[in-house]
Amino acid sequence: MQYIRSHVLICAGTGCTASGAKKVETALREELAKRGLEKEIKIVETGCHGFCEAGPLVIVYPEGTFYVRVKEEDVPELVESHLYKGRIVERLLYREPVTHASVPNYKDLSFYKKQQRMVLANCGHINPEIIGDYIANGGYEALAKALTSMSRTDVVNEVKKSGLRGRGGGGFPTGMKWEFTQKAAGDKKYVVCNADEGDPGAFMDRSVLEGDPHRVIEGMAICGYAIGAEEGYVYVRAEYPLAIKRLRIAIEQAEELGLLGDNIFNSGFNFRLKIKEGAGAFVCGEETALLASIEGKRGMPRPRPPFPAISGLWGKPTNINNVETLANIPQIIVKGAEWYAGIGTEKSKGTKVFALTGRINHTGLAEVPMGISMREIIFDIGGGIPGGKKFKAVQIGGPSGGCLPEELLDLPVDYDSLIAVGAMMGSGGLVVMDETTCMVDLAKFFLTFTQAESCGKCTPCREGTMRMLEILNRITEGNGRDGDIELLEEMSRNIKTTALCGLGQTAPNPVLSTLRYFRHEYEAHIHDKRCPAGACSALTGYSVTELCKGCGLCKKACPVEAISGEVKGRHNINQETCVKCGACIAKCPFKAIIKG
Amino acid sequence: MKTIEDLKRMREKFQAENNLRQAGGIEVIVGMGTCGIAAGAREVMSAILEEIARRNLQNVTVRQTGCIGMCEQEVLVDVVRPGEPRITYGKVTADGVKKIIGEHVVNGRIIEEMVVGKIAD
Repeated sequence: MQYIRSHVLICAGTGCTASGAKKVETALREELAKRGLEKEIKIVETGCHGFCEAGPLVIVYPEGTFYVRVKEEDVPELVESHLYKGRIVERLLYREPVTHASVPNYKDLSFYKKQQRMVLANCGHINPEIIGDYIANGGYEALAKALTSMSRTDVVNEVKKSGLRGRGGGGFPTGMKWEFTQKAAGDKKYVVCNADEGDPGAFMDRSVLEGDPHRVIEGMAICGYAIGAEEGYVYVRAEYPLAIKRLRIAIEQAEELGLLGDNIFNSGFNFRLKIKEGAGAFVCGEETALLASIEGKRGMPRPRPPFPAISGLWGKPTNINNVETLANIPQIIVKGAEWYAGIGTEKSKGTKVFALTGRINHTGLAEVPMGISMREIIFDIGGGIPGGKKFKAVQIGGPSGGCLPEELLDLPVDYDSLIAVGAMMGSGGLVVMDETTCMVDLAKFFLTFTQAESCGKCTPCREGTMRMLEILNRITEGNGRDGDIELLEEMSRNIKTTALCGLGQTAPNPVLSTLRYFRHEYEAHIHDKRCPAGACSALTGYSVTELCKGCGLCKKACPVEAISGEVKGRHNINQETCVKCGACIAKCPFKAIIKG
Repeated sequence: MKTIEDLKRMREKFQAENNLRQAGGIEVIVGMGTCGIAAGAREVMSAILEEIARRNLQNVTVRQTGCIGMCEQEVLVDVVRPGEPRITYGKVTADGVKKIIGEHVVNGRIIEEMVVGKIAD
C-alpha cells in the first residue's frame, strides 16, 4: 500500500471543463509522473464548486489551498513549488475584487462566507463517479434509516413537518404532494425527477446532478418508499451529457451495492431507476407535458385535474419533484424535520440554490438560507457589478418570473415576498442587469424565448405571445404607438387567465414586471423615440462632439463610409447611412463620439 | 449491502481514504527549502511516506515547509501532535525516520537526543 500525502481536487463540472480543466488534469498527471510523485499524490475529479467565474479551479489538500484560473502552462510551477517543495503559488490565488488581498484558503472566500451549502455540501468536494465518496460523507444513511426504522407514513409526515416546498418554481409543499400520491388508489405508482432545467441562465440542477448524483438517487428512493412506488424516472435534458453520464454511473454503482434493486436493506422494498433523455423542449418542464414525453408522445401539456398524483405516468399515480427538492430529502430524514424547519423563514424553509449570471462579478452557483436579502446575494456573495457600472435590476425566475429594481433589493428572498412584488422564486436563475440594459429589450428577450418554446396547443399562448412580441418589436424599433402599453397589459391579463399550462400563464410576467417598475422606459421608446439605456440600436444614434481632433481614425473604421470630415477638422456622422455598429466609438482615442 | 452496519463499515473504510482533507490529526512536516533538498529532504520524505504506509497509520498528514534558518541542521523534520508543542528534529536521515515515526508519531515519546528545537503555541 502506498501512503497518499496530498489530494489535488480538480473541478470537472461543465463550467471548468469549458475553461480547460481537462487539459490541466492531463498536464498534471504528466508532470507528477515526470517527478515520480504520482504514487503519493492523488488527483480527484470533482463536481462544480459554484465559483465558475474563476475556473478552472484546483484545490490542494492537506493545506486546502484554493487556486483559480489554472492553465496548462501553470502546472509545472504548481508541481515544483507547491507539491514538491510545499510553497504556495501566490500568483494563482484568488484576489478579492475590493481589497485585492489574496485568499489562500477555500473557506475564507467572500463568495462562500454568506452561503449555507447543504444541498451543495458535497459538490466540489467528492468525486461524483465514486459512490464511496458519497458514502464517506454520510450518503445512503437516510435511506437506511427510512427503510429500517420508519413507516411510510412517518416519512411523509417528516417531509410535511420540515416545511420543504418545491424548488422547481411553484413552491408547492412537497410533503402534501407525497401524501396525495401515497393515498391515491393504484397498484403501481411512479416517482419522477424533473431535471428538464431550461430557463436561460439556470444551471442549479445540472450542477447537483453532475456534482452529487447519489443525493438525488437517494432522495428518489426515499420518495418511492414513502409513496409506494418501485420504479422511478429521471427526466433529464439531452443537452446535459455530463449530468447523464454521471447519473448512469451512479445508478450502476448503487445497483452493484444493492442500494437500488430488490429488497433494499432487507426491508422488502424494491426500487429501480431509469433515465429518460428529453429533447430540450422548454414546455417539457411542465409536469403533464413531461409525462407525455416519457410515454413517447409529443411533449404537450394537458388540463389538470386530474393531477399526476391521481393519474400520472401511464395513468398511474405519480409523484413529480424537481432535482433540488429531492436532493433536500436525505438531510431531512437524517437530521429531522425540526432541524430543517429551523432554517429559513416562517413559510419558506431551508436553503435555495441560485445561479448568478449576467452583469455580476462572481458568475456561479450560490446556496443561501431562505430570507436572505437580494442585496446580500448580489453584492456580498456575487461581488457586485463589474466595470464600475450601476446596478439596474435583477430578473428572478427566468422567463416566468419578474424583475426587481434597486429599491427592492433589501426584500427578503422567499416564495411569498417575491410573489407579492410581481416576481417569483422560479427555479433559481438570477440574471443581473446594469445601467446599459434596456428593460423593454429584456422583456422582448424573454418573450422571444417563451414564444419560440410555446407548444402551440392552446390559442392564448400560441397566438397571444406572438402578438405581444410583435408589439414589443415595434416599440424597440421606434414604431411604438399610443395605446401599446395598455394593449400589452390587457393581453397579459388575458393570457395569464386563459392559457392551458404554466408556460403560457407566466409568459407575460417579464412584460408586466418591467412595466410595473420601468414604465418610463416604455414611454420613452414610444413617445420620445428614445432608448434611455442606449441599447436599442434603432433608437440610438452616434454623434461627434467638439472633443474631436480630426485624426480620421473613425472615418477609416466606419464600414459604410458614413463619416466625413477634413484632417484636423471636426468630423460628422451621416445619420441616414450610419448602421449603428459602434465601430467608430471603439476607435476614437479622444472619447469624442457619443451614443444616445 | 443489507444492513446499517454494512453501510457504517463501508463509510469508515472510505472516510479513511479522505482523512487528509479534514483538519486535525498528527502532522509531520519536512523542511523542503533549497538547503533541505540539498541535504536529502526528498529521500527523507519518501522514507516517511513508506514508513506510514508500512504501518498503515491513519490520521497523519505529511506536509512540507520552507527554510527556517537552521540550514546546517537540515534535513529538519517537525512532528506536531494535537495539543502538544511542535518538536523539530535535525539532521534526519532515512534511518532516523523509522525511529521518529515509531517512537514519536505512534507512541508520543520524544527522542530527546535528536531534538534541535521546540515551539509551544
